Amino acid sequence: MNLWLTIGLAGGLTFLIRYSFIGAAGRIGAPEWFRRMLRFVPIAALTALIWPDLLMPGGELQLSLANPRLLAGLLAALVAWRTQNIFLTIGIGMLALWGLQWCL
Amino acid sequence: MNPPSPAASPGREFAAGLVAVMPMLLGAVPFGLIYGALAVKAGIPPLLAVAISSIVFAGSAQFMITKLVAAATPGLLIVLSVGVINLRHALYSAALAEKLAHLPLRWKILLAYLLTDEAYAAALRRMHSEANAERRHWFLFGCGFGLWSTWQIACVAGVLLGGRIPAAWSLDFAGTLTFIAIVVPLLKDRASTGAMLTAGCVSVAAFALPHKLFIIAAALAGMAAGVLLERLARPTGADA
Repeated sequence: MNLWLTIGLAGGLTFLIRYSFIGAAGRIGAPEWFRRMLRFVPIAALTALIWPDLLMPGGELQLSLANPRLLAGLLAALVAWRTQNIFLTIGIGMLALWGLQWCL
Repeated sequence: MNPPSPAASPGREFAAGLVAVMPMLLGAVPFGLIYGALAVKAGIPPLLAVAISSIVFAGSAQFMITKLVAAATPGLLIVLSVGVINLRHALYSAALAEKLAHLPLRWKILLAYLLTDEAYAAALRRMHSEANAERRHWFLFGCGFGLWSTWQIACVAGVLLGGRIPAAWSLDFAGTLTFIAIVVPLLKDRASTGAMLTAGCVSVAAFALPHKLFIIAAALAGMAAGVLLERLARPTGADA
């Protein structure tokens, strides 16, 4: 398939996914259990992006103190919990990662 | 991230959205730069590499496209992969649907096109605040537009610079850190913590599934765990 056509289809599909529930809102009533699940969307979806990056850098599970991403991520989580400040979380997390990568 | 005052105009809401999405840009810019470099390396023509950023407009999917094109994957398989990796956006769409239901079609199309991990995360608190609710879509628009325009510039810069950004800087980690900064304050009770732990464990356990299926599998498992734990905490089903 032509690469432009492939990209066009991929973009169209992505838009339809994003539009799906927004477009259907008001026309279809959502059951109660479904509405309850939505509360956990940000936690569950973003965690699915976070954990593999911390625990599986390079695609292999690295549950060890020699994994700088895991240590820096845990420290950043602590900062986020104590301060609720996004910039501090990113700043301290990046500094920790650079420091650990330099040390290890 | 604080919602603007109750009587804020559309312009103020839009500006507040731009400010709220700024931390996300720290993570998105390095991603865009790396994407541009990878796209060129994969042999994607520069013009198409830039166009993908507005046609698909999804960082992780764009990364996957560069890998699949480099491996000469058939087009239909690329489309399928992009669809699966972007399925989580349907969850964001569902979470926002009720808040946007009153808007005219053009607004729904615009906000759906701009819906990303980052815009959703940045707008989360504002969209769940009922103050000045009839104008909060301008806030979401500000988040989406801020991310979109920055993403385009970063991707163009990545295409132009090529591989001149050292991998050792690990700038991609900033994206993960912004998500940590969003998720941690949401962990307020056992149900939300259980949802996080479940999604995390499933994402690692299912990591090897094709088409990055682990993302949607982990997200759905985490949401189900959250609802179950919530029900256990309130067996009568009465609202807290």
